[in-house]
Order: sequence, then structure tokens, then C-alpha cells
Amino acid sequence: MSATGIGAAVRRKEDYRFLTGNGRYLDDISLPNQSYAYFVRSPHAHATFTVGIEKAENAPGVIAVFTGADIVKAGLGGLICGWVITGKNGEPHKAPPHPLLAVDTVRHVGDPLAVVIAESYAQAKDAAETVEVDYQPKAAVTSPTAALDNSAPQVHADAPGNLCYDWEIGDKSATDAMFNKAHHVTKLELINNRLIPNAIEPRSAIGDYNSGTDEITLYTTSQNPHVARLVISAFVQLTPEHKLRVVAPDIGGGFGSKIFIYSEETVAAWAARELKRPVKWTAERSESFMTDAHGRDHVTHAELALDKSGKFLGMKVSTVANLGAYLSTFATCVPTYLYATLMQGQYTTEAIYCEVKAVFTHTTPVDALRGAGRPEATYVVERLVEQAAREMKMDASDLRKINFIPADAFPYQTQVALQYDSGNYAGSMDQALKLIDYKGFSKRKEQSKAEGKLRGVGFSAYIEACGIAPSAVVGSLGAGVGLYESAEIRFNPTGNVTVFTGSHSHGQGHETTFAQLVSDKLGVPFDNIDVVHGDTARIPFAMGTYGSRSLAVGGSAISKAIDKVIAKGRKIAAHTLEAAEEDIEFKDGNFTVKGTDRTMDIGAVAFAAYVPHNYPSDELEPGLDESAFYDPANFTFPAGTHACEVEVDPDTGVVDIVKWVAADDFGNIVNPMIVEGQVHGGVAHGIGQALLEGCQYAPDSGQLLTGSFMDYGMPRADVFPDIEVATQVTPCPHNPLGVKGCGEAGAIAAPAALVNAITDAIGASNITMPATPEKVWRALNAAG
Amino acid sequence: MYNFKYQRASSLDDASKAAAAAEDAEYMAGGMTLIPTMKQRLAQPSDLIDLGGIASLSGIRRDGDALAIGAMTRHAEVASSEEVKSAIPALAALAAHIGDPQVRNRGTLGGSIANADPAADYPAALVGLNATVKTDRREIAADEFFTGLFETALEEHEIITEVRFPIPEKAAYVKFPNPASRYAVVGVMVCQAKDGVRVAVTGAGPSVFRVDAMEKALATKLSPQAVEGIKVPEDGLNTDIHASAEYRAHLVTVMAKRAVAAAIG
Ligand SMILES: Cc1cc2nc3c(=O)[nH]c(=O)nc-3n(C[C@H](O)[C@H](O)[C@H](O)COP(=O)(O)OP(=O)(O)OC[C@H]3O[C@@H](n4cnc5c(N)ncnc54)[C@H](O)[C@@H]3O)c2cc1C
Repeated sequence: MSATGIGAAVRRKEDYRFLTGNGRYLDDISLPNQSYAYFVRSPHAHATFTVGIEKAENAPGVIAVFTGADIVKAGLGGLICGWVITGKNGEPHKAPPHPLLAVDTVRHVGDPLAVVIAESYAQAKDAAETVEVDYQPKAAVTSPTAALDNSAPQVHADAPGNLCYDWEIGDKSATDAMFNKAHHVTKLELINNRLIPNAIEPRSAIGDYNSGTDEITLYTTSQNPHVARLVISAFVQLTPEHKLRVVAPDIGGGFGSKIFIYSEETVAAWAARELKRPVKWTAERSESFMTDAHGRDHVTHAELALDKSGKFLGMKVSTVANLGAYLSTFATCVPTYLYATLMQGQYTTEAIYCEVKAVFTHTTPVDALRGAGRPEATYVVERLVEQAAREMKMDASDLRKINFIPADAFPYQTQVALQYDSGNYAGSMDQALKLIDYKGFSKRKEQSKAEGKLRGVGFSAYIEACGIAPSAVVGSLGAGVGLYESAEIRFNPTGNVTVFTGSHSHGQGHETTFAQLVSDKLGVPFDNIDVVHGDTARIPFAMGTYGSRSLAVGGSAISKAIDKVIAKGRKIAAHTLEAAEEDIEFKDGNFTVKGTDRTMDIGAVAFAAYVPHNYPSDELEPGLDESAFYDPANFTFPAGTHACEVEVDPDTGVVDIVKWVAADDFGNIVNPMIVEGQVHGGVAHGIGQALLEGCQYAPDSGQLLTGSFMDYGMPRADVFPDIEVATQVTPCPHNPLGVKGCGEAGAIAAPAALVNAITDAIGASNITMPATPEKVWRALNAAG
Repeated sequence: MYNFKYQRASSLDDASKAAAAAEDAEYMAGGMTLIPTMKQRLAQPSDLIDLGGIASLSGIRRDGDALAIGAMTRHAEVASSEEVKSAIPALAALAAHIGDPQVRNRGTLGGSIANADPAADYPAALVGLNATVKTDRREIAADEFFTGLFETALEEHEIITEVRFPIPEKAAYVKFPNPASRYAVVGVMVCQAKDGVRVAVTGAGPSVFRVDAMEKALATKLSPQAVEGIKVPEDGLNTDIHASAEYRAHLVTVMAKRAVAAAIG
């Protein structure tokens, strides 16, 4: 292993720029003659309205005021959902219109209905107050289960009963049969709390129009600029794809919330053309709280059937998922194909059935958030398993071990559509048990007791499906897009390399990981490689970054392009070295004639390709520039076991996390430091969900009660223990790098581990996330 | 934020004259509460009168058997002051746990108590330590100063100049922080001084209050066990998404017990 190759803990290239304040985030960009947009938003969760803009149009500095009617007049379409779910009844899901600006009805607090564009941001904001909106407030519903009530207020006329779809997966009768012969059944009512993503950089956009070329450039905080371009062109029909350029520069975090195509960015692009001036919009933090797509929000009833020995016979899950007021870009696939398909967990459960009702409510749209469906699934499976162990009076790790899919059983066909490619679940469990010193737990529990504290331990043996693919399969399940990735390796004549990737880095460190990959495989010095991403004018068409797919899919595309570069380089070297192509070996950046010292490094090959004076011109084109698309054969399946210990203060209910170990299997690892950081971040996210975070709406008015950091509990550093990270390598057998993905694992594993530990400590069967001190205190009192 | 006129006063007199002359004046200390409120357009003063230029409002000094702390003294100064740490360590510790470093470097004693946020920490210190608030017009005993939710005894344009904290024999403040904001869900100051024991509670109710039963019990014996069985009625306590009145009532007892233990520790 070289100091900068695959497997090396190389410091992140991009950090110099970020830490010295030289990152170029969206709000850092300003264009000459720029104007500013401010959106008029509904203060009501549900209302019909009429709007008057005359006063605002005449306010100081105002350039234009647009309403939903103007958007309709301009012939623009609405926002779309890119995945059609087919329900139990064989019908497609209900996809009510999602206008860019509300026309006569607003459906959640923060729903935009007009935009004011002015010479300064302050003028736009001042003028927005003079937009006269006459609201007729209507009854609202915010809870997903309440939305299914016959008497519930209706969110959309064309989604009766607020139902988007009622969907199922698995074999119901086989599952019922298993329950009939069960020795024991464990049941839980679970709520997966609603989360607000809270990326550090708020959403932001600048629309810019060039009337000479009729081209619109949209600078936007996107995790997938090509997807944004596709949707805005093909569905919103703003302008043809070749007339729209989407640039996503340095982005300060996404966690999924910047996958989606939103109103504000789209309106900024349109308004720029209308006004022939750049239009900038940057969300204020309160707007982020109200309008960034939220995550999770499930209500679930789950049951696990076991035989006498503790073997899992069957699992039944029934979930109501809140999708919010409109369908966000990928909302529908999250509680279905990214959730129910993971109910197999790491176990040989013989029959599984899961049904999901997805509902509309008068709340912010809900979509993918770090983990997207898989944290919800892991929470269901791992809470059930732990609770079953307690009810059966078995050790929670032993119960898991007798049910693990054995390491020699792969590929393993699950009961819920997926085929796991590889894994060694018992290996990760053993690693976790050792790291946390499970044997010493009872002694530590005694010590805590002596100090007046209640100690508990909890596990989460999670599995996730990453790098969602292949395109043909997701297409057959309703996806509107393919799920491949693209890459281009471009040698410059002087031998340094520019890598163009369709993946997008918004905190993940791709500029480093991908450069390591290229450096390792091509033998080009790490510092001579730059990675370009985030600009549709520079990178090939691509799908972007989410679902822990960047290395597994985007990295694999780079790997394919590298192979093409080597193949061409071999031809050039063979010509120059006057040898047969088959006799050329490539190693550490050198093309060598087998068994000789005749050699040529890849820089010299690149030079020969660009200055082709002595070159096989009749067979070969000049240049060393190769691109590739990679469409995976399957998902990847990162898995592992997290274990944690907590101490609960019985007087206050405060939970102190005292130990956390993460034993993960991500396949091969390119940069262990970045992987560790991703695990830390994911665990932090999961701890936040389990302990602190929880978006709340007032049930009657639909007002957002957690609309700022004063009330929404973001975790801080002092909440976290040291997180010990260990990895086991079971390579992915079907991608060229053998990698699986690591960005979401912590967020998927952590909530179940933590809630298992808390319930263990206090002797309760359940506690609803976030496990606030008051809830823990109450559960403790109830448990007596 | 709406437009406003900014003035920096150089003396108390200057400040109150400017306030009287303005249409709707607001004094500004560190701006930690005022500026966010204005940014959210919940406040729209015509004139901001910055008290930051009045040197006499800042500083910590020993004044006989008391500490006198100027209204413009920042939380960070109180937290790190050797004078405060040796005379009333409980007060330094309280200041050290207000907000975050940015807030402690800007926020002031005067601004905090003028604002009288029900979840603020200083009110417990003032009432618990039996402090006196000095203004440009008079002196107000802490017990009379806090009159309700965001309400004080201050008259229009009255300026707090300093707070005089008698040095106690023993005192400790224990806070149960709000997990989101880190303000006090419940904070209890327990203090033993020559004239008796005081127990002041912030966060739990609309305004800081004393717990008579605990004070009596502690006057007999200053021990955690003395307050263990004393519960404040939950009637009238705050209920919000972070804590119910019932839980707050419970926490008052727990925090009081811990404060007593810390005070005698
Ligand atoms: C993120 C954050 C976290 C915080 N956490 C805590 C916490 O944990 N505990 C806590 O107790 N507090 C907390 N605070 C409040 C903080 O301690 C400040 O003291 C408080 O915000 C007042 O700020 P300020 O001193 O800058 O006064 P300003 O905001 O400038 O003024 C506040 C009000 O007081 C008036 N005023 C100011 N000085 C005087 C004076 N001398 N005479 C008369 N009126 C005056 C002003 O006119 C204004 O109405 C927090 C604040 C923030 C922003």
C-alpha cells in the first residue's frame, strides 16, 4: 500500500480550502446585476386564499412579484415524484399536483404562494409583507394515523381518505402459517420520529439567463445536478436540457435533503429568464426548518414469531408513513422499496409480510434522509429481536447468532425481494462483543448501581442496501430514472489527471477518495489528480450522490474508465516500445515489455497520445481521455453490529451514553479515516434521532412547534461518547472495487442500539424516540 | 429587520435623554435577545440606544460584604472573574453555563434580568442570593424585581446600572438544561447567608420563585435529605414540548437536593 493509495488514511484534499475559508458555497457566489427573491409563505397549515400584489409591486426596490397564477400562465409544470408505487389494488399511487407556487390552496406551514424580487434582499422581504393574502383557514391534520380517519380533513381532492397508496410485500399466507405454529410472538408499537435534516448550509440558488444564447444557468445546492436539470427541463418544462446548466459548487451538507427538486430553486431559474437578471435566493434557517423535506415519520405495528428454540419463524409489519402535503421527488420509494425490503435483517426468518399505507397530511413533504427507509427497517427488526430475547429470557446476542444467515449461505434470497450478495454477520457480532467487553457488562452494571445509576446495554445488527440498482430492476419497480453512474478520466498532455465524476461531494470527501483510487490504479501521484463534480456543463450525465452509492457506483464507473485508459495506454506503449500489445505489462504507473527493462511511464504515454508524432495513428485516435458508465448488477449490502452502553439517572431520566462500538463491514476500504468519520457522523445522526431530535406539529393548528434550534434538539459534541470503529472486510463480489458504502450505516444502526440499551437499563419494553429525560423518567415510574 | 436609528450613548444621562426623545426606544446591551427578536420582526424599535459606551456600567468590584456587578458586565467576565470565583463561586459557575461562548462574550447581566426570560439563569441568582438591583433612579430588591413572565419592576426607560450580591456563607446553583436551547428547564439556587436560607427556582414557572417549605426545612438542617420530601405544587408551572408541569415539579426537588449537596460539599 502506498502512502496515498487504496487503504491509506490520506488527509482530505478539500479540507485546506474549507478550513481556510476558501470553499465556494452557494451564498459565496454573487453575479453582476443580481436581484434577490423572497418567498411569501403560508402561516397556516391549510387554507384557501386570494392574493393581491399591487402594493408590493410598487414597494421600493421591487422588480417583480409573481404568484402561482403567473406560473400557470407561463405554462410551467409542477414538481414531480420520480417513483410510481403500485398498490395492493394494482393501481398507481395518487400523485396530486405540486405547483411551484400555490394557486388557491396552501397545504402546510411554509407553503410558498408568491415571490417578490427586488434590488436587495431587505427590500424583497419588506415588500413581501405588503403582499395581501386573504386566507380562509381550514381544518388541518398532521398525524399520519389521524389522516386515515374518516373524518380527517382532506389534503387533496384527488387523494380520497388522504391515501397515497396501500402497498404490500411478502407472502401473507405463509407468514400467517408461521404465526399459527409459533411458540412465542413478540409485538411492538413503534414510532419512527420525524426529523428535520438541518444541513449546515441552507438551500440556496441563483438563476442566471443569457439572452444571447437563450441559456439558463442555475447555481443550486444540489446533491445531483443532472437530475435537477432533467426534472426542471423534462417535467417543469422550463427550457430544453441543452439550454439549462446546473451548477452545484461546494455544498455544506445534504443528508438527502438536497437530492430533491424544490420550488424555490426552480422559480429562481424561471424568474431570471423573465427578468433577464440573475435572481438569488438563500433560505433563512427558519425556512430550512419549514421547507427542507423532512425524514422518517412512521407509525408501525410489528410482530415476530419464534419457535421454542428462538428461531425466527415469521415477521408481520404494518406501517403508516407520513408523506406530508405533497410528494417530494423520491418520497414514495422510501417507505416501500427502501424500507420493507430490508425486513429480513441479518436473519433467516422464514416468512415475512409487510404492508404500508402512505398518507398525505398538512405538513412539510417527507422524503429520503440519511438512511432513507433502512433506519426505519432496522429499528423495527432490531427492536423486535431485542424485545423477543428479553421475553424469551435469552441473551440478546445469542438469539441473534442462532438466527444469523450463515456466512456460507450467500448469495441469499430474502423473503422480501432482495438478494444479499455477501456477508459475515456473526463475525461483526463477535467483533462488537469483544470491543464492548460484553463479558464485563454485569460487573459494570453493578458498579453503576452502587453509584445510583441504571446501566443498560443494547445491540443493533443492521443491514442496509446501498447503491440502489440495477436500472432494469428499479425501472420495473416504478423508478422513473436509471441508477448507474458516470465517470471520465482525462489525462492532460503534461501527465496530470482530471477526473470527472457524476457523484457529488457535499461533505463526503470524494475529492480525496477518488483521487486515491485513481492514483493507486494508474500510478499517478495523488497531488497530480483533481476531481471535478457538480456541474452539468463539465460532467457527463449522471445520477449524483445519495444512498451511500458514490464509491460503490461512482467509484466503479471511475474504475471502468481507468481500465479503458490502461487498455489504450498499453497500445500506445506497445507501439512506442516496439513490442506486441500482449507483451506489455502495466504496474505502478509503468508500461513494461514483459521480461525486459524497456519501460515507459503513464505520463510519457499521455504525452505521446497528445503529441502523436510517433503514434499508431491508423489504429488509434490521439488523446488519453476515457469515459465509462457503470450500472451495478445488484445493490451492495453493508452490515454490522453496533453496541452501546448507557447509564440512566433514575432521578431525572437523563441518559448518558458511556460506550459505543461500531463493528461494520463495508467491504474494501479506500480511506479508513474518511470511513471512520462517516461512521462517527452517522452514529451522531442516529443518536440525535434516538435521544434529542423530533419534529413536532401542533395537532390542531398544524403549526411547526420545533421551528428553530431553541426547540429542535440538535445533538452537540457533549452528548456523544467516544465511538470505537472496527471494520471487517467481506468484499462486495459484484463491483470491481469490492466496496459497499458507509455513509448511512451509523444513522441506520444507532437508534435501535440506543433504544435497546435504554429500555434494558430501565426495564421497560418500549420507549418512543426521542427518549427525552421526561419520557425515560415516566417509563421508569411506570415500570415501577 | 426593519430600519431603526442607532445611537451609542456615552453616559447614563445621555442614554435616558435619547430614550425620552425617541418615538419608541429600546436600550441595547449585548443584543443577544434583542437583535434576534428584531430579525424575526417581532420587535421594531424606532431607536436603538447602545449602552456599550457607558464605562461606568461595566465591571466587578467588592463593595463591603457584597459584590457589585455592573449591568453591562458580560457573562464571560463574571464566569472568569477571580473576585467572583472566590467570593460567590456559585455565581461564577452559573454564568459559565449560560448559552455558548459567543453568547457569554456578548450577553450581559443587565440584559438578562431586564429581559426576565422565565428560563434564564440569572433570576435564580438574584433572588436566591438576595441581591439588590440598582438603576438610574432607585434600588429594587430582587424579590420585588421579577414580577412575571418577561415582566420586571422597571419603569419606562429606566436603566439598570448594577446588581449588588451579598456574599453568602454557602451557595450553589444546579440547572437542568433544556436539551435544545440549554436554557434552564429548572434551575435552583440554594443559599445560606447570615439572614437565613433561600431557595430560588427559575425555569419552572412563569417567573423566578422561592420555595418557602424548603427554606424552612433547610434553616433547620442544611442537608439534601431536608428537601427530599418537599414537592412544589405543579399548578401554575410551565408545560411545553420539553417538559410537563409534573416533571418540572419533580425536577425542582431533585435540583434543590443537588444544589444543597453542592453548597455544603
Ligand atoms: C443562543 C442563546 C443561548 C442562551 N442561553 C442562555 C442560558 O442558557 N441561560 C440564560 O440565562 N440566558 C441565555 N441566553 C440569554 C443571554 O444570556 C443574554 O443575557 C440575554 O439574551 C440578554 O442579552 P443581552 O445582555 O445581550 O441584552 P439585549 O439583548 O441587548 O437586551 C435585552 C433586553 O434588555 C434590555 N436591557 C439591556 N440592558 C439593560 C439595562 N442595563 N437596563 C435596562 N434594560 C436593559 C434591552 O432593552 C432589551 O429589551 C441565551 C441567549 C442566546 C442567544
